[in-house]
Amino acid sequence: MRETPHKTESGVIVGRLAGVLLLLAGILLAAGLCVANPTTNHPVPNIFDPHSTPADSIRHLSHFVLGVTGLIFLVVFSLLVYVVVKFRDRAVGAEREPAQVYGSTQIELAWTIIPILIVVVLFLATARVIHAIQDARKPAEAVEVTAIGHQFWWEFRYPELGVVTANELHVPVSDPSHPTPTFLKLLSADTDHSFWIPQLAGKTDLIPNRVNETWLDPHETGLFLGQCAQYCGTQHAKMLLRVYVDSPEDFKVWARRQQQPANDDEKEAAGRRVFERTACLNCHALNGTRGTGRFGPDLTHLMSRKTIAAGASLNTHENLRLWIQNPDAIKPGSLMPAMKLSDAELDALVRYLETLQ
Amino acid sequence: MSSEAIAIQTAEAAGQPWVQTLHEWVTTVDHKRLGILYILYALVFLVIGGVEATVIRIQLMRPHNDFVSPQVFNRMFTMHGTTMIFFVAMPILFGFANYLVPLMIGARDMAFPRLNAFSFWLTALGGFLLYFSFLGGSGLYGAGNAPDVGWWAYAPLASRAFSPGHSSDYWTIAILASGFGSIGTAINIITTIVSMRCPGMTLSRMPLLAWMNLVMSGMVLLAISPLSAAQIMLLVDRYLGGHFFDTQAGGSATLWMHFFWIFGHPEVYVLIIPCFAFASEIIPVFSRKPIFGYPVMVGATVCIAFVSMSVWAHHMFTIGMNSYANSFFTITTMAVGVPTGIKIFNWLGTMWGGKIQFKTPMLFCIGFLFQFLIAGLTGIMLASSPFDWQLSGSYFVVAHFHYVIVGGILFALFGAFYYWYPKITGRMLNEGLGKLHFWLFLIGFHLTFDLMHIPGLLGMPRRIYTYEPGRGWETLNFLVTIGAFIQGIAVLVFVANLIISYFKGAKAGNDPWDAWTLEWSVSSPPPTYNFSSIPAVASRRPLWDLKHPEDPDSHYE
Repeated sequence: MRETPHKTESGVIVGRLAGVLLLLAGILLAAGLCVANPTTNHPVPNIFDPHSTPADSIRHLSHFVLGVTGLIFLVVFSLLVYVVVKFRDRAVGAEREPAQVYGSTQIELAWTIIPILIVVVLFLATARVIHAIQDARKPAEAVEVTAIGHQFWWEFRYPELGVVTANELHVPVSDPSHPTPTFLKLLSADTDHSFWIPQLAGKTDLIPNRVNETWLDPHETGLFLGQCAQYCGTQHAKMLLRVYVDSPEDFKVWARRQQQPANDDEKEAAGRRVFERTACLNCHALNGTRGTGRFGPDLTHLMSRKTIAAGASLNTHENLRLWIQNPDAIKPGSLMPAMKLSDAELDALVRYLETLQ
Repeated sequence: MSSEAIAIQTAEAAGQPWVQTLHEWVTTVDHKRLGILYILYALVFLVIGGVEATVIRIQLMRPHNDFVSPQVFNRMFTMHGTTMIFFVAMPILFGFANYLVPLMIGARDMAFPRLNAFSFWLTALGGFLLYFSFLGGSGLYGAGNAPDVGWWAYAPLASRAFSPGHSSDYWTIAILASGFGSIGTAINIITTIVSMRCPGMTLSRMPLLAWMNLVMSGMVLLAISPLSAAQIMLLVDRYLGGHFFDTQAGGSATLWMHFFWIFGHPEVYVLIIPCFAFASEIIPVFSRKPIFGYPVMVGATVCIAFVSMSVWAHHMFTIGMNSYANSFFTITTMAVGVPTGIKIFNWLGTMWGGKIQFKTPMLFCIGFLFQFLIAGLTGIMLASSPFDWQLSGSYFVVAHFHYVIVGGILFALFGAFYYWYPKITGRMLNEGLGKLHFWLFLIGFHLTFDLMHIPGLLGMPRRIYTYEPGRGWETLNFLVTIGAFIQGIAVLVFVANLIISYFKGAKAGNDPWDAWTLEWSVSSPPPTYNFSSIPAVASRRPLWDLKHPEDPDSHYE
């Protein structure tokens, strides 16, 4: 014996379903409004707010894909709602089964061919953008950077400019009439990483034993945020990435300053001695000292950077002291060891580091 | 075997000491008991994996939270993923296949009952080994830790240089052991379906559940084999000085990715195809109509199986493949959408013109349809490789595959529980608790996974134990965590329902849903030998023919 639910009961179910959906739509909208608050500094790395050619082409493509999939959703969802409302069992007590339909070749053909056509259109639109981004020609004016992923920080080398820095990438803004894009060669020193600045370009992985490439072509100056997007070990979360897009003049000034040797003021000789006589120099390069290590960031112009510990902390006096004494307090599991210096050594060292403009 | 002999056996079972009952369960080769063992085993791990998910969500509730350390967090997401895929989803689906396939094709057991038991215990060993890493991961002195290399254990993170100790070895052997179990079960299911169908049950009259499990088993053979090979290569790297994936000695990190994803993507279909099967059995019964377009459904399933073998590198769009490779994997991935779409339309076609009854199994199937639709569409977005360069590795992807696995697979599975529980236990699950379970889980699910897409669009990568404030991620992550708790409560309601109904549920009778496939022709629970005399069938719906002798299906097929 088959039970038949009441008409009212299934009606309530449908009503509830609609209610839940409305509520969800409301939440989504509210959440969207909360975060859509762009400022000049670009604090929210929103992929739909691009400021660079490749990210912009992706946004155009994504709008098209979202439009097509959104339409499919509307059609199929309306069908589902219609079916659930229209064909709910409302015959109280009736025992007759509905007409037994086994299928229809025409209908099956229709809903096979239409999706195939949609797939072809989506594919062609996608293939165009793949080609435009991946096979882009490198202009002669392009800035070249080698980015090397480390556990858990970024090394940036500008082979043409002779500049080495870490975690904070500086690139010139690119004028569409005279584009000066930045082409990055991506390498890894240890595990897999992924370079991702959502507003400037999609992500590309840095894989050991492999050379990858990506490019940025920013149209607006400012600070753009990103971070490592491929799980690379304990401190994957604090492998942050900052990209400063400078005006061409600012970029030249920055590069010239980075090319200078490190400050070797005799007043800070004590601090420099601490650097040279402890394990610091095993990992850190510091132009003009005996330090040529490559495991940690180059410190020659440490104070030109706003952050330390790959963006985990602001580059202030207190944070610098804490980072040297007890890195785990800022970034537990990072490969920087606690240096266990005496207070006098620490004072001298931090004073010296703070002169490295 | 006469029905008399069956009756005697059942009488013996009552009133025996529990040790003997336990012994019978441990040594059983009966497909129904093994099915139940698989399902119970998976439910235990579902709760464990759920607890791990809760730890992850509490940690991410607000920025710079310190509920757990980064090390613990990394172990939690590794164990959560590994557990849910290998020790919840696979065994629970094998459990249902084990229980249902012989009953639905009119067989008395699986083709190889002992292989069946061996496969189950291998899988069980795998789960035990994985969790033993908490104790023995760093050696034998009990100071253990779980693997923290992520559930796909990318090279070279899983090499000895970056993963010292034995935690990732336990991960490797756990997957190897359960993989052999899966291969055994797949061989068993294929052989059973090919050679043990009852008289009259041609391939074109086989229930869709059997068809889809046949396809799923074929995919298991093709997908688990490369995974097992890769695990052995990893062991060779770690212990015998091999350099397959050891990048420091010239090995290839991308080789591991290819091995893993040629398993990993078909695996998604290994999990979802049996859930298509549940929907294809449940939706017709509660719409009171046969499945719309049976041959097309079979064809679409086989088509999905073939095409899904050529899409694996869409997990690798960001590794710097050239534009031709990216285009190829874009088109193959989008192409899977066609047969999948056909299935959705066919289920809608089945409901069209029917008399839909909103019993709990049907509610879960409608939820499955709705969520699977959305999961498929976000899948199309991810297939568009440039779009994927933004979405890959972000919380958008996490939301997408949870939409598939929770919104699709788990919803269909819950539907299957409510639908076949009466057959397995002889008692109905409580409808009131069932509806409460459904609505709570639906609300929790959407709160969690709808919102989870957005932080991904705002640049939040996955697998980070903490995040910076001010990037627009805080509110969303907080709401996502609330949703996770609602889902947790809903699962507790479900578990309570399973236990309470086992003792107090209404008696089910042979055929509580007025259904049409062979399992409903025998008692609930079915006798040890299933059928006292092997049935003969003349159509896809043998019980419809029996109930409507004036208008049998066999006239139309």
